[in-house]
Amino acid sequence: MTLLDVINKLLGRQPASANTAKQRLQLVLAHDRSDLNPELLQQMRREILEVVSRYVEIDFEEGDVTLETEDRVTALVANLPIRRAKLPAPAPIPEPTLENELSS
Amino acid sequence: MAATSTRYILICSGKGGVGKTTLTANLGIALAKQGARTAVLDADFGLRNLDLLLGLENRIVYTAQEVLAETCRLEQALVKHKQEPNLALLPAGNPRMLEWLQPDDMRKIAAMLGEHFDYVLIDAPAGIEGGFRNAMAAAREAIVVTTPEVSAVRDADRVIGLLNSEGVKPIQLVLNRVRPKMMANQEMLGVSDVTDILALPLLGLVLEDEQVIVSTNRGEPLTLTGNSSPAGRAYTNVARRLQGEEVPLIDPSRERQGLRATIGRLMQTKIF
Repeated sequence: MTLLDVINKLLGRQPASANTAKQRLQLVLAHDRSDLNPELLQQMRREILEVVSRYVEIDFEEGDVTLETEDRVTALVANLPIRRAKLPAPAPIPEPTLENELSS
Repeated sequence: MAATSTRYILICSGKGGVGKTTLTANLGIALAKQGARTAVLDADFGLRNLDLLLGLENRIVYTAQEVLAETCRLEQALVKHKQEPNLALLPAGNPRMLEWLQPDDMRKIAAMLGEHFDYVLIDAPAGIEGGFRNAMAAAREAIVVTTPEVSAVRDADRVIGLLNSEGVKPIQLVLNRVRPKMMANQEMLGVSDVTDILALPLLGLVLEDEQVIVSTNRGEPLTLTGNSSPAGRAYTNVARRLQGEEVPLIDPSRERQGLRATIGRLMQTKIF
Protein backbone atom coordinates (compact mmCIF):
# COMPACT_ATOMS: atom_id res chain seq x y z
CA MET A 1 0.00 0.00 0.00
CA THR A 2 1.37 3.40 -0.92
CA LEU A 3 1.00 6.78 0.76
CA LEU A 4 -1.57 7.77 -1.86
CA ASP A 5 -3.66 4.68 -1.07
CA VAL A 6 -3.66 5.62 2.62
CA ILE A 7 -4.76 9.19 1.91
CA ASN A 8 -7.47 8.00 -0.49
CA LYS A 9 -8.72 5.61 2.15
CA LEU A 10 -8.77 8.29 4.84
CA LEU A 11 -10.73 10.61 2.54
CA GLY A 12 -13.10 7.84 1.54
CA ARG A 13 -12.08 8.15 -2.11
CA GLN A 14 -11.81 5.30 -4.59
CA PRO A 15 -8.29 3.85 -4.58
CA ALA A 16 -6.09 4.62 -7.60
CA SER A 17 -6.79 2.25 -10.47
CA ALA A 18 -3.29 1.02 -11.32
CA ASN A 19 -3.30 -1.55 -8.55
CA THR A 20 -6.75 -2.80 -9.58
CA ALA A 21 -5.44 -3.15 -13.14
CA LYS A 22 -2.46 -5.17 -11.96
CA GLN A 23 -4.53 -7.52 -9.84
CA ARG A 24 -7.10 -8.10 -12.59
CA LEU A 25 -4.35 -8.73 -15.11
CA GLN A 26 -2.55 -11.23 -12.89
CA LEU A 27 -5.74 -13.16 -12.40
CA VAL A 28 -6.78 -13.22 -16.05
CA LEU A 29 -3.25 -14.15 -17.17
CA ALA A 30 -3.06 -17.02 -14.71
CA HIS A 31 -6.18 -18.40 -16.41
CA ASP A 32 -4.99 -17.60 -19.94
CA ARG A 33 -1.65 -19.28 -19.36
CA SER A 34 -3.03 -22.42 -17.76
CA ASP A 35 -5.83 -22.84 -20.31
CA LEU A 36 -8.17 -23.72 -17.45
CA ASN A 37 -11.63 -22.30 -17.80
CA PRO A 38 -13.38 -21.00 -14.67
CA GLU A 39 -15.80 -23.95 -14.54
CA LEU A 40 -13.01 -26.51 -14.64
CA LEU A 41 -11.16 -24.59 -11.95
CA GLN A 42 -14.32 -24.48 -9.84
CA GLN A 43 -14.75 -28.23 -10.19
CA MET A 44 -11.13 -28.87 -9.30
CA ARG A 45 -11.51 -26.58 -6.27
CA ARG A 46 -14.57 -28.54 -5.10
CA GLU A 47 -12.82 -31.86 -5.48
CA ILE A 48 -9.68 -30.70 -3.70
CA LEU A 49 -11.75 -29.42 -0.78
CA GLU A 50 -13.63 -32.69 -0.73
CA VAL A 51 -10.47 -34.77 -0.55
CA VAL A 52 -8.83 -32.58 2.06
CA SER A 53 -11.94 -32.47 4.25
CA ARG A 54 -11.86 -36.27 4.46
CA TYR A 55 -8.74 -35.93 6.56
CA VAL A 56 -9.05 -32.60 8.30
CA GLU A 57 -11.86 -30.23 9.16
CA ILE A 58 -11.27 -27.12 7.06
CA ASP A 59 -12.67 -23.65 7.30
CA PHE A 60 -14.67 -23.40 4.06
CA GLU A 61 -15.30 -19.68 4.51
CA GLU A 62 -11.60 -18.86 4.67
CA GLY A 63 -10.38 -21.57 2.34
CA ASP A 64 -9.35 -20.73 -1.20
CA VAL A 65 -7.84 -22.48 -4.20
CA THR A 66 -6.48 -20.07 -6.78
CA LEU A 67 -4.10 -19.82 -9.68
CA GLU A 68 -1.15 -17.53 -9.15
CA THR A 69 1.51 -16.58 -11.57
CA GLU A 70 5.00 -15.28 -11.20
CA ASP A 71 7.81 -15.08 -13.75
CA ARG A 72 5.55 -16.77 -16.29
CA VAL A 73 5.17 -19.82 -14.05
CA THR A 74 1.63 -20.55 -12.99
CA ALA A 75 1.01 -22.31 -9.70
CA LEU A 76 -2.08 -23.71 -8.08
CA VAL A 77 -2.19 -22.27 -4.59
CA ALA A 78 -4.46 -23.80 -1.99
CA ASN A 79 -4.92 -21.90 1.23
CA LEU A 80 -6.99 -24.12 3.52
CA PRO A 81 -7.10 -23.18 7.19
CA ILE A 82 -7.45 -26.33 9.26
CA ARG A 83 -9.88 -26.19 12.20
CA ARG A 84 -8.72 -29.54 13.57
CA ALA A 85 -7.72 -32.94 12.41
CA LYS A 86 -10.55 -35.38 12.06
CA LEU A 87 -10.52 -38.07 14.72
CA PRO A 88 -10.62 -40.90 14.32
CA ALA A 89 -8.68 -40.92 11.07
CA PRO A 90 -10.57 -42.41 8.11
CA ALA A 91 -10.47 -46.17 8.14
CA PRO A 92 -7.35 -47.23 6.27
CA ILE A 93 -7.50 -49.94 3.69
CA PRO A 94 -6.93 -53.12 5.74
CA GLU A 95 -3.47 -54.37 5.17
CA PRO A 96 -2.87 -58.09 5.26
CA THR A 97 -1.70 -58.93 8.77
CA LEU A 98 -0.27 -62.10 10.07
CA GLU A 99 -3.56 -63.08 11.65
CA ASN A 100 -5.50 -62.55 8.45
CA GLU A 101 -3.00 -64.56 6.55
CA LEU A 102 -3.28 -67.41 9.01
CA SER A 103 -7.09 -67.46 9.16
CA SER A 104 -7.49 -67.50 5.43
CA MET B 1 28.40 -11.09 -47.25
CA ALA B 2 28.07 -12.73 -43.85
CA ALA B 3 24.47 -13.83 -43.70
CA THR B 4 25.02 -15.55 -40.37
CA SER B 5 25.50 -12.30 -38.50
CA THR B 6 22.26 -10.83 -39.79
CA ARG B 7 19.68 -10.25 -37.08
CA TYR B 8 16.10 -11.14 -37.97
CA ILE B 9 13.87 -9.28 -35.53
CA LEU B 10 10.12 -9.62 -35.33
CA ILE B 11 8.22 -6.57 -34.08
CA CYS B 12 4.90 -7.69 -32.68
CA SER B 13 2.25 -6.91 -30.06
CA GLY B 14 -0.86 -9.01 -30.46
CA LYS B 15 -3.16 -6.03 -30.03
CA GLY B 16 -3.45 -3.54 -32.85
CA GLY B 17 -2.71 0.15 -32.56
CA VAL B 18 -0.07 -0.02 -29.84
CA GLY B 19 2.76 1.19 -32.07
CA LYS B 20 4.37 -1.75 -33.91
CA THR B 21 4.62 -0.03 -37.26
CA THR B 22 5.74 3.29 -35.75
CA LEU B 23 8.49 1.45 -33.86
CA THR B 24 9.53 -0.47 -36.99
CA ALA B 25 9.78 2.72 -39.06
CA ASN B 26 11.68 4.69 -36.43
CA LEU B 27 13.95 1.81 -35.48
CA GLY B 28 14.72 1.10 -39.14
CA ILE B 29 15.73 4.70 -39.78
CA ALA B 30 17.72 4.94 -36.52
CA LEU B 31 19.68 1.75 -37.25
CA ALA B 32 20.36 2.91 -40.82
CA LYS B 33 21.60 6.25 -39.51
CA GLN B 34 23.95 4.41 -37.15
CA GLY B 35 25.47 2.76 -40.21
CA ALA B 36 23.72 -0.61 -40.14
CA ARG B 37 22.32 -1.89 -43.43
CA THR B 38 18.68 -2.39 -42.53
CA ALA B 39 15.71 -3.92 -44.32
CA VAL B 40 12.18 -3.48 -43.05
CA LEU B 41 9.78 -6.19 -44.17
CA ASP B 42 6.11 -5.33 -43.95
CA ALA B 43 4.54 -8.69 -43.12
CA ASP B 44 1.14 -7.10 -42.69
CA PHE B 45 0.19 -7.34 -46.32
CA GLY B 46 -3.55 -7.21 -45.75
CA LEU B 47 -3.37 -3.82 -44.09
CA ARG B 48 0.08 -2.50 -44.87
CA ASN B 49 1.11 0.88 -43.51
CA LEU B 50 4.85 0.80 -43.08
CA ASP B 51 5.25 2.39 -46.53
CA LEU B 52 3.08 5.30 -45.43
CA LEU B 53 4.96 5.95 -42.19
CA LEU B 54 8.28 5.91 -44.07
CA GLY B 55 6.95 8.20 -46.80
CA LEU B 56 7.54 5.52 -49.45
CA GLU B 57 3.93 4.81 -50.42
CA ASN B 58 4.30 6.10 -53.98
CA ARG B 59 7.42 4.17 -54.79
CA ILE B 60 6.30 0.57 -54.37
CA VAL B 61 6.23 -1.35 -57.62
CA TYR B 62 6.89 -4.96 -56.67
CA THR B 63 6.51 -6.99 -53.48
CA ALA B 64 8.05 -10.13 -51.99
CA GLN B 65 5.43 -12.13 -53.87
CA GLU B 66 6.83 -11.12 -57.26
CA VAL B 67 10.35 -11.86 -56.01
CA LEU B 68 9.29 -15.37 -54.92
CA ALA B 69 7.47 -15.94 -58.20
CA GLU B 70 10.67 -14.78 -59.93
CA THR B 71 8.87 -12.14 -61.97
CA CYS B 72 11.39 -9.62 -60.62
CA ARG B 73 14.72 -9.53 -58.82
CA LEU B 74 15.01 -8.71 -55.11
CA GLU B 75 16.85 -5.46 -55.96
CA GLN B 76 13.89 -4.31 -58.04
CA ALA B 77 11.39 -4.92 -55.28
CA LEU B 78 13.42 -3.20 -52.54
CA VAL B 79 12.43 0.43 -52.05
CA LYS B 80 15.46 2.42 -50.94
CA HIS B 81 14.86 5.36 -48.65
CA LYS B 82 15.99 8.60 -50.31
CA GLN B 83 17.54 10.38 -47.35
CA GLU B 84 18.73 7.22 -45.64
CA PRO B 85 20.07 4.86 -48.33
CA ASN B 86 21.07 2.25 -45.70
CA LEU B 87 17.36 1.54 -45.27
CA ALA B 88 15.18 -0.42 -47.68
CA LEU B 89 11.55 -1.41 -47.49
CA LEU B 90 10.11 -4.63 -48.82
CA PRO B 91 6.35 -5.13 -48.67
CA ALA B 92 5.54 -8.83 -48.26
CA GLY B 93 2.56 -8.61 -50.58
CA ASN B 94 -0.34 -6.55 -51.71
CA PRO B 95 -3.85 -6.73 -50.33
CA ARG B 96 -5.23 -8.25 -53.54
CA MET B 97 -3.16 -11.39 -53.15
CA LEU B 98 -4.29 -12.48 -49.69
CA GLU B 99 -3.60 -16.04 -48.53
CA TRP B 100 -0.74 -16.42 -50.88
CA LEU B 101 2.32 -16.47 -48.65
CA GLN B 102 3.21 -19.38 -46.38
CA PRO B 103 5.70 -19.54 -43.49
CA ASP B 104 8.24 -21.13 -45.84
CA ASP B 105 7.93 -18.22 -48.25
CA MET B 106 8.64 -15.79 -45.42
CA ARG B 107 11.71 -17.80 -44.42
CA LYS B 108 12.96 -17.70 -48.01
CA ILE B 109 12.47 -13.96 -48.33
CA ALA B 110 14.15 -13.29 -44.98
CA ALA B 111 17.13 -15.41 -45.99
CA MET B 112 17.43 -13.47 -49.28
CA LEU B 113 17.38 -10.19 -47.38
CA GLY B 114 19.96 -11.56 -44.95
CA GLU B 115 22.52 -11.70 -47.77
CA HIS B 116 22.41 -7.95 -48.19
CA PHE B 117 21.52 -6.55 -44.76
CA ASP B 118 22.72 -6.49 -41.15
CA TYR B 119 19.21 -6.13 -39.77
CA VAL B 120 15.92 -7.50 -41.06
CA LEU B 121 13.04 -5.96 -39.13
CA ILE B 122 9.74 -7.76 -39.65
CA ASP B 123 6.62 -5.73 -38.93
CA ALA B 124 4.05 -8.32 -37.80
CA PRO B 125 0.31 -7.92 -38.29
CA ALA B 126 -1.92 -7.62 -35.24
CA GLY B 127 -3.48 -10.84 -33.99
CA ILE B 128 -2.05 -14.30 -33.45
CA GLU B 129 -3.40 -16.07 -36.52
CA GLY B 130 -1.93 -17.02 -39.88
CA GLY B 131 -0.44 -13.63 -40.75
CA PHE B 132 1.36 -13.44 -37.44
CA ARG B 133 2.64 -17.00 -37.73
CA ASN B 134 3.98 -16.22 -41.21
CA ALA B 135 5.83 -13.23 -39.86
CA MET B 136 7.16 -15.20 -36.90
CA ALA B 137 8.56 -17.88 -39.22
CA ALA B 138 11.01 -15.35 -40.66
CA ALA B 139 12.35 -14.21 -37.28
CA ARG B 140 15.01 -15.38 -34.86
CA GLU B 141 14.43 -12.82 -32.11
CA ALA B 142 11.56 -10.51 -31.21
CA ILE B 143 10.60 -7.16 -29.81
CA VAL B 144 7.19 -7.11 -28.15
CA VAL B 145 5.53 -3.69 -28.08
CA THR B 146 2.89 -2.96 -25.49
CA THR B 147 1.26 -0.04 -23.71
CA PRO B 148 0.49 0.15 -19.97
CA GLU B 149 -3.12 -0.95 -20.51
CA VAL B 150 -4.71 -4.21 -19.42
CA SER B 151 -5.85 -5.28 -22.90
CA ALA B 152 -2.47 -4.59 -24.53
CA VAL B 153 -0.56 -6.40 -21.76
CA ARG B 154 -2.87 -9.40 -21.92
CA ASP B 155 -2.46 -9.69 -25.69
CA ALA B 156 1.30 -9.25 -25.39
CA ASP B 157 1.31 -12.17 -22.97
CA ARG B 158 -0.41 -14.41 -25.52
CA VAL B 159 2.14 -13.45 -28.16
CA ILE B 160 5.05 -14.11 -25.78
CA GLY B 161 3.61 -17.58 -25.15
CA LEU B 162 3.63 -18.29 -28.90
CA LEU B 163 7.15 -16.89 -29.35
CA ASN B 164 8.40 -19.07 -26.49
CA SER B 165 6.85 -22.19 -27.96
CA GLU B 166 8.50 -21.46 -31.34
CA GLY B 167 11.87 -20.91 -29.69
CA VAL B 168 12.18 -17.27 -30.77
CA LYS B 169 14.70 -15.56 -28.48
CA PRO B 170 15.74 -13.23 -27.07
CA ILE B 171 12.40 -11.51 -26.62
CA GLN B 172 12.61 -7.93 -25.41
CA LEU B 173 9.97 -5.43 -24.43
CA VAL B 174 9.26 -1.88 -25.57
CA LEU B 175 6.75 -0.08 -23.38
CA ASN B 176 5.03 2.52 -25.51
CA ARG B 177 2.83 5.54 -24.86
CA VAL B 178 3.80 5.94 -21.23
CA ARG B 179 2.13 8.88 -19.47
CA PRO B 180 4.36 9.92 -16.56
CA LYS B 181 1.65 12.02 -14.91
CA MET B 182 -0.88 9.18 -14.85
CA MET B 183 1.80 6.80 -13.59
CA ALA B 184 2.68 9.24 -10.81
CA ASN B 185 -0.99 9.35 -9.81
CA GLN B 186 -1.04 5.54 -9.89
CA GLU B 187 -3.80 5.66 -12.46
CA MET B 188 -1.69 3.73 -15.00
CA LEU B 189 0.17 0.43 -14.69
CA GLY B 190 3.73 1.19 -13.63
CA VAL B 191 6.82 0.17 -15.63
CA SER B 192 7.76 -2.53 -13.13
CA ASP B 193 4.16 -3.79 -13.02
CA VAL B 194 4.34 -4.53 -16.75
CA THR B 195 7.86 -5.98 -16.74
CA ASP B 196 7.04 -8.16 -13.71
CA ILE B 197 3.89 -9.52 -15.31
CA LEU B 198 5.43 -10.22 -18.71
CA ALA B 199 8.83 -11.22 -17.29
CA LEU B 200 10.77 -9.65 -20.17
CA PRO B 201 13.80 -7.36 -20.17
CA LEU B 202 12.96 -3.77 -21.06
CA LEU B 203 14.56 -2.61 -24.31
CA GLY B 204 12.88 0.76 -24.40
CA LEU B 205 10.45 3.11 -22.75
CA VAL B 206 8.62 5.58 -24.99
CA LEU B 207 6.60 8.45 -23.60
CA GLU B 208 3.27 9.45 -25.10
CA ASP B 209 4.23 12.16 -27.58
CA GLU B 210 2.11 14.24 -29.98
CA GLN B 211 5.11 14.57 -32.28
CA VAL B 212 4.57 10.94 -33.31
CA ILE B 213 1.32 11.92 -35.02
CA VAL B 214 2.93 14.95 -36.66
CA SER B 215 5.72 12.75 -38.02
CA THR B 216 3.31 10.15 -39.42
CA ASN B 217 1.35 12.96 -41.13
CA ARG B 218 4.53 13.90 -42.96
CA GLY B 219 5.83 10.37 -43.57
CA GLU B 220 9.08 11.33 -41.86
CA PRO B 221 9.88 9.20 -38.80
CA LEU B 222 11.10 11.18 -35.78
CA THR B 223 14.49 9.47 -35.93
CA LEU B 224 14.99 10.70 -39.51
CA THR B 225 14.77 14.42 -38.83
CA GLY B 226 16.89 14.25 -35.68
CA ASN B 227 13.83 15.51 -33.85
CA SER B 228 14.72 15.72 -30.19
CA SER B 229 11.19 15.02 -28.99
CA PRO B 230 10.90 12.47 -26.15
CA ALA B 231 9.65 9.69 -28.44
CA GLY B 232 12.32 10.38 -31.06
CA ARG B 233 15.05 10.11 -28.43
CA ALA B 234 13.51 6.92 -27.06
CA TYR B 235 13.45 5.24 -30.49
CA THR B 236 17.05 6.22 -31.16
CA ASN B 237 18.00 4.73 -27.79
CA VAL B 238 16.22 1.47 -28.62
CA ALA B 239 18.38 1.22 -31.74
CA ARG B 240 21.55 1.92 -29.75
CA ARG B 241 20.67 -0.75 -27.19
CA LEU B 242 19.99 -3.25 -29.98
CA GLN B 243 23.49 -2.54 -31.27
CA GLY B 244 24.85 -3.49 -27.86
CA GLU B 245 25.41 0.00 -26.45
CA GLU B 246 24.58 0.58 -22.79
CA VAL B 247 22.07 3.42 -22.65
CA PRO B 248 20.26 4.02 -19.37
CA LEU B 249 16.46 3.91 -19.47
CA ILE B 250 14.56 7.05 -18.59
CA ASP B 251 12.70 7.14 -15.29
CA PRO B 252 9.16 8.36 -16.03
CA SER B 253 8.85 9.85 -12.55
CA ARG B 254 11.96 12.01 -13.18
CA GLU B 255 10.58 13.31 -16.46
CA ARG B 256 8.39 15.82 -14.66
CA GLN B 257 9.78 18.62 -12.58
CA GLY B 258 8.35 20.93 -9.98
CA LEU B 259 6.43 20.63 -6.76
CA ARG B 260 3.57 18.50 -8.13
CA ALA B 261 6.02 15.92 -9.45
CA THR B 262 7.83 15.82 -6.12
CA ILE B 263 4.54 15.27 -4.32
CA GLY B 264 3.65 12.58 -6.85
CA ARG B 265 6.89 10.74 -6.10
CA LEU B 266 6.23 11.05 -2.37
CA MET B 267 2.77 9.55 -2.86
CA GLN B 268 4.31 6.41 -4.40
CA THR B 269 6.21 5.67 -1.19
CA LYS B 270 5.30 2.22 0.00
CA ILE B 271 4.00 2.34 3.56
CA PHE B 272 3.42 -1.39 4.04
